[in-house]
Amino acid sequence: MYAAIVFLPLLGSLIAGFGNRAIGDRPAQLVTCAGMFGALGLSIIAFFDVALGGNPVTVELFTWISSGSMEASWALKFDTLTAVMLIVVTGVSTMVHVYSIGYMSHDASKPRFMAYLSLFTFAMLMLVTADNLVQMFFGWEGVGLASYLLIGFWFHKPSANAAAMKAFIVNRVGDFGFALGIFGTYLLFDTVVLDDIFAAAPEKAGMTLEFLGTEWHALTILCMLLFIGAMGKSAQLGLHTWLPDAMEGPTPVSALIHAATMVTAGVFMVARLSPMMEFSPDTLMVITIVGATTAFFAATVGLCQNDIKRVIAYSTCSQLGYMFFACGVSAYSAAIFHLMTHAFFKALLFLGAGSVIHAMSDEQDMRNMGGIWRHIKLTYIMMWIGSWALVGLPPFSGFFSKDLIIEVAYARHTGVGDYAFWLGVGAAFMTAFYSWRLLIMTFHGAPRASKEVMSHIHESPPVMTVPLIVLATGAVFAGWLGYQYFGGDLREQFWGAAIFVAEGNDTIEGAHHVPTWVKLLPIVVTVAGIGLAYVMYMFVPGLPAKVASTFRPIYLFLLNKWYFDELYDYIFIRPAMKLGRIFWKSGDGAIIDGFGPDGVSLITKLAAVRAGKMQSGYVYHYAFAMMIGVVAIISWYMLMSGK
Amino acid sequence: MSDWPLLSLVTFLPLAGALFIALTRGEEEQVAKNARYVALWTSLITFVVSLLIWAGFDPTTADFQFVEKRDWLPDWGIGYHMGVDGISMWFVLLSTLLTPICILSSWEAVQKRVKEYMIAFLVLETLMVGMFCALDILVFYIFFEGVLIPMFLIIGIWGGARRVYAAFKFFLYTLLGSVLMLIAILTMYLQTGTTDIPELMAAGFSTELQTWLWLAFFASFAVKVPMWPVHTWLPDAHVEAPTAGSVILAGVLLKMGGYGFLRFSIPMFPEATEYFAPLVFVLSVVAVIYTSLVALVQQDMKKLIAYSSVAHMGFVTIGMFTLNTQGVEGSIFQMLSHGVVSGALFLCVGVVYDRMHTREIAAYGGLVERMPRYALVFMIFTMASVGLPATSGFVGEFLILMGAFEASTWLAAFAATGLILGAAYMLYLYRRVIFGVMDKEALKQILDLSPREIAIFAPLIILVFWMGIYPSTFLDIMSVSVDHLISNYKVALGDAGVAVAAR
Repeated sequence: MYAAIVFLPLLGSLIAGFGNRAIGDRPAQLVTCAGMFGALGLSIIAFFDVALGGNPVTVELFTWISSGSMEASWALKFDTLTAVMLIVVTGVSTMVHVYSIGYMSHDASKPRFMAYLSLFTFAMLMLVTADNLVQMFFGWEGVGLASYLLIGFWFHKPSANAAAMKAFIVNRVGDFGFALGIFGTYLLFDTVVLDDIFAAAPEKAGMTLEFLGTEWHALTILCMLLFIGAMGKSAQLGLHTWLPDAMEGPTPVSALIHAATMVTAGVFMVARLSPMMEFSPDTLMVITIVGATTAFFAATVGLCQNDIKRVIAYSTCSQLGYMFFACGVSAYSAAIFHLMTHAFFKALLFLGAGSVIHAMSDEQDMRNMGGIWRHIKLTYIMMWIGSWALVGLPPFSGFFSKDLIIEVAYARHTGVGDYAFWLGVGAAFMTAFYSWRLLIMTFHGAPRASKEVMSHIHESPPVMTVPLIVLATGAVFAGWLGYQYFGGDLREQFWGAAIFVAEGNDTIEGAHHVPTWVKLLPIVVTVAGIGLAYVMYMFVPGLPAKVASTFRPIYLFLLNKWYFDELYDYIFIRPAMKLGRIFWKSGDGAIIDGFGPDGVSLITKLAAVRAGKMQSGYVYHYAFAMMIGVVAIISWYMLMSGK
Repeated sequence: MSDWPLLSLVTFLPLAGALFIALTRGEEEQVAKNARYVALWTSLITFVVSLLIWAGFDPTTADFQFVEKRDWLPDWGIGYHMGVDGISMWFVLLSTLLTPICILSSWEAVQKRVKEYMIAFLVLETLMVGMFCALDILVFYIFFEGVLIPMFLIIGIWGGARRVYAAFKFFLYTLLGSVLMLIAILTMYLQTGTTDIPELMAAGFSTELQTWLWLAFFASFAVKVPMWPVHTWLPDAHVEAPTAGSVILAGVLLKMGGYGFLRFSIPMFPEATEYFAPLVFVLSVVAVIYTSLVALVQQDMKKLIAYSSVAHMGFVTIGMFTLNTQGVEGSIFQMLSHGVVSGALFLCVGVVYDRMHTREIAAYGGLVERMPRYALVFMIFTMASVGLPATSGFVGEFLILMGAFEASTWLAAFAATGLILGAAYMLYLYRRVIFGVMDKEALKQILDLSPREIAIFAPLIILVFWMGIYPSTFLDIMSVSVDHLISNYKVALGDAGVAVAAR
């Protein structure tokens, strides 16, 4: 029965995709949505049975790749971690499917869109149910493909095509690390099955592994390589450049893939591999640093973006950083907690933004919005709820998960933990600022859009607003409902063997005993951030421009996203193209062909011409040549016989 | 049924068909039509008969099966000896599968000298199948070199504008290797007095002789694969060859080199193999990175795919010289997968070439608007070429890299960059041809795939997913033969090690 959770979306996708024009728009939408509702219903059953009931199961389908001692099956593993992910993925995906019926109502290729969405969901479900690393890699690349197809959904837009390619290729860089990590894991453990790896991990903790000429602590190098994969998928600093560009896709895609589910795959992977990660303190340290730095970096960039979707995209990047540093300080359940609450409120924010964009006739620049809250009140309320949850003010869900993460970082009591704590607090301040900047610029002040656009503003139809309300419910209550299981006393019983925390690494326990100022600080800076946003964008509207001109270099640095794209273009893309041209024209053309076949044929030709010239017809020419030959032969003979 | 000389039947059925076509007389129109149908039916029947080999194959033994042995030149110790094991069987099937697809794809594209064209293809099939079945090195050599002739003619007669240059380049390169291989074969014959392959495998040549023989065989096989830096004939040959010629060239002819390494170099010269493996690794890694970068800047669709072939075959040579189970199985699997996928990609190019008569990437754009089916098919094979899991390309690449990691982490790390570069050039191609706005006047009337074209692609699509989702069908049959190959290799090296120690 559980297998149906995974395969119902695939079935829907195939019917809608191959039926395409033959079955028409409405049946395609219905069949994909029906598949999703089925998967959601079964996921809820699975959650009660597996997670709350404590009955982890593995469903074996059939052998996939078997070569020598390498055995990877198609098998679906259901434990608490998977069950939580199932709820998140199917829940958000179902809402996005329904929402898309309304949002894409003017688009010509509705069945194709629905098919891609369902295909994505299938791949994501394969990822979270994987019982071995190779199947996880299948899901991993599968969601990459779906993401590629969906970012490039509007294929006539050059920017969308470029963004789609960029997403796929940057993710491949991460997958490069992931793949090497799998090979190394197989070499060390002689298996790719997760349970077997986890069982053997403690005894392999002291072993070393040679990688690129250096002897490494085996689990450290493996976890590092696998983490590179996580960095690519979850857009962590260095491999984050694809995520903001991915906003070229339709907004429901941004909500589902680039906020709620796919980008959290890296966090899921680190949590899933906690029995390996826990034996590599160095990797955990790296994860903490990367996560905290990303959280801070993305928040700074989010401060000055003007595209409503890009602000939310950088916010996603930043929140993923929080989840990673939570993993880095061994608070995996806190990371998954934030993953879940974030999925609800970030999907809500994106779909809300989509509703705004829909209302504003496809306008995305916040500088051209403003003064519209009276026209789309419901959307306005939804965006408020989403923002409130995102900044982490009580009593909404973000408060429970985000504060827990900041506290566990403090409770780690290491230099790295403190680094994460302070950057986390700084990012929380900026999060509050840019969230309210977004709200104020979008909804308040004088209208900046044209009369034409303003006259068309309308609230979205129920097919779009009902999913918003459902997600808002999650954004409000998920934290309060889940706290006991993810960060409270029930967590050990709830997680069972799904997450492993080594002795002395239980930072969540420590988080309950941090000083009061640590608990209060995030709330204080958040309120300060909101206040500052009000001051700058509502009460003293001239201030932002002044700040920008006073600190122009910093402003440009942030506006241009720390110049990552330019840097990569300069050191990777252009040299690759240039090298390709050199290899082609000089390497293949001039050198290999020049000295090879073309050279040989040229020499043959020249020699033939020479030989032709030698046949001059004069007897003394021939006689002379013969003489030389005879002399040469005799000298050679004499030299040889003299030896 | 087991008494039937099944392998000879599969080998010579196409030749019979070719003879039949040769004998037809009449009006040109009528002859062409007959030639097409006879060729198609002959190749289809051959394919069906070849399936019987699979059906009757016993995967539990590494011995050669369906063996036929007749005296040919008994005084010289030369016999007509045929047989297949778990490795060569798949290549026979690959050849018999691709031939009818090629004939079907040339149905309308080839309009001049149809009769001769079909004869050339059927003769080519006989030679290919014979080569994979041959268990006598002289018989092998005859088939191996014979393949050159129809291919040379196909490029030289039915090719594009620079076909003569390409055909001669192809011929020169491959002939050079062949001469050296012939000398090596003669040397082996003079040493052992036999040309029987199983006997030669057991012969055990001296270490020094192995080195020279290995190099001589390498000269021939490396050109065929082709390995860097003797690959430059391939892009030219592909660009000028007619579509079906490219399909066979990429699908089967490149595999002759890889097959040769597995059948001769590794089992017969194990010490030399161990000695030269690093050389092969270096050349292969260079091939993967170098040709991927070159593919990135190509403006001709066929040339791009030709360069990608060189990169993919670089993976193959890496895998087989790791000499561990994953590496060797992966490389065989990759050869089969590449045969299907790159063949299909050349067919994809052929589809638009037939319509527009240009292979310039810049001449296309936005095809998805008028050709959604074509876009889907092209996407599937692009992803298979990129090595997306659940397509055939993934299994081979993954196993090869896994084997490579065991052999050397440097090797795996360098080769794995091919994953990134491969995605870059294929997606870049796809984007320029399929996506974008259809703003070129000439393209506005272009038609989507015809039923005939769908029939060509359908079996290949099924195979790509079959091999990707349930590769056990293929891996299980080859595994015993591969284990046998590896354990023999290890034993041979072990003996040599003992011999050295004793000295």
